[in-house]
Amino acid sequence: MYPHPFSYHRAQSLGEATKLLHQLGEESRVIAGGQSLIPLMKMRLAHPSALIDINLIPGLSEIKNENDELRFGALARHNDIEICEHTAAIPILHDCAAGIADVQVRNQGTIGGSLAEADPSGDWAATLLTLETSVVCTGSPGERLVKLEDFFKDAFTTVLEREELVREVIVQKPPKNSGGAYLAFKRSAPVYATASAAVQLTLEGKDTCKDIRIVLGCVGLTAIRAKQAETELRSQRIGEQTIERAAEAAREAAEPQSDMRGTADYKRALVAALVKRAIAIALRRARGERVEAGHEYVGR
Amino acid sequence: MSVAEKITVRVRVNGEPREALVEPRTLLVDFLRENLNLTGTHIGCDTSYCGACTVLLNGRTIKSCTFFAPMADGGEITTVEGLSTNGALHPVQHAFAECHGLQCGYCTPGLLLSTLHLLNKNAKPTDKQIRKAIAGNTCRCTGYQNILKAIRMAAGEMGRR
Repeated sequence: MYPHPFSYHRAQSLGEATKLLHQLGEESRVIAGGQSLIPLMKMRLAHPSALIDINLIPGLSEIKNENDELRFGALARHNDIEICEHTAAIPILHDCAAGIADVQVRNQGTIGGSLAEADPSGDWAATLLTLETSVVCTGSPGERLVKLEDFFKDAFTTVLEREELVREVIVQKPPKNSGGAYLAFKRSAPVYATASAAVQLTLEGKDTCKDIRIVLGCVGLTAIRAKQAETELRSQRIGEQTIERAAEAAREAAEPQSDMRGTADYKRALVAALVKRAIAIALRRARGERVEAGHEYVGR
Repeated sequence: MSVAEKITVRVRVNGEPREALVEPRTLLVDFLRENLNLTGTHIGCDTSYCGACTVLLNGRTIKSCTFFAPMADGGEITTVEGLSTNGALHPVQHAFAECHGLQCGYCTPGLLLSTLHLLNKNAKPTDKQIRKAIAGNTCRCTGYQNILKAIRMAAGEMGRR
């Protein structure tokens, strides 16, 4: 399978990348890890006339631990994030990074590329929307900081201007009594998840939910924040009944489509189950327990 | 520059400098097989699923069907042809042969490189770590049990060297 012909250009700096985007015109595109873009090009669902390779721009892969925040360079690979000690302190980030596709894809795919691609089945959007996340976008008019909840417009569509790219992803560290979990269900390692649920909750005392975010992946055109599900738990004691009500509300919030991965009804049922389990794991983690979570598939 | 204009890609493959003039859309796996005549790297699904095309680029495994050759320019590549030395099998290859870690052999080049990548980072992997490390490599013959045995054996042999 071969994509349409294109010309290839290597940018040595972000400035050069935006300049090339301007010079090469509307059909040019930036390529980072290429793990979403290359399959799309091979299926001829995308056909850029020029590719601008940013992989060799220095300093764009760093992961910085600064006071209250973690800063991920756009080119930080999923695998770099998986093994990063700073990330280990925020388990939901590790859940996400460690389970994306397989080793080969994690070695190549990037956090910036994943967000900029805005694939509805991508893992990072759902995960990062449970935290305070901002995206540093850079382009010819200069830099701007976009909150992640304002970043996605639609499937495969973000607020990025044509001559703009992601430079950095900034994640606020959650408070101490906070815990999160990302659970994705997939048929086998290399495929996209059928459905996923991300939960980050902060405790007041031992079992009262001070604050919570619940985000669903793969069941809508973008990741979906299940606000009613959050309301069922916020300021409430977290117990079987409140978790049940939140899962039911999450099921209602999902907007899945039937496809080769399952029927819409199946995905709704899956979302409810994943949300329930993610809340339980997030709760244990918020209390300081170490719990394994992440992507689930046969043979894991 | 016309869109189909060919460009020179220069890489080191298994320690040797190699180059070829190719269309930018050339996939790395085809560059290796067609331009450099290294046919040990296989094309399985061609959709980034099966891992038969796995090679090491700068020490990390990638699926060479989901990678454009020009992106590798200046890089260091290891393919299955680079594993043996003077006709002597690499311990990973030897372990796969000993444990019947292959039947038809189509997926084997990719599995060998995924194994090498794992053992380079983690000399004593647990079974769970082994499973995770080869989750991106599909084998339709063995049922994986003998592959697991082979990887355990390879870890032991490489540890002794």
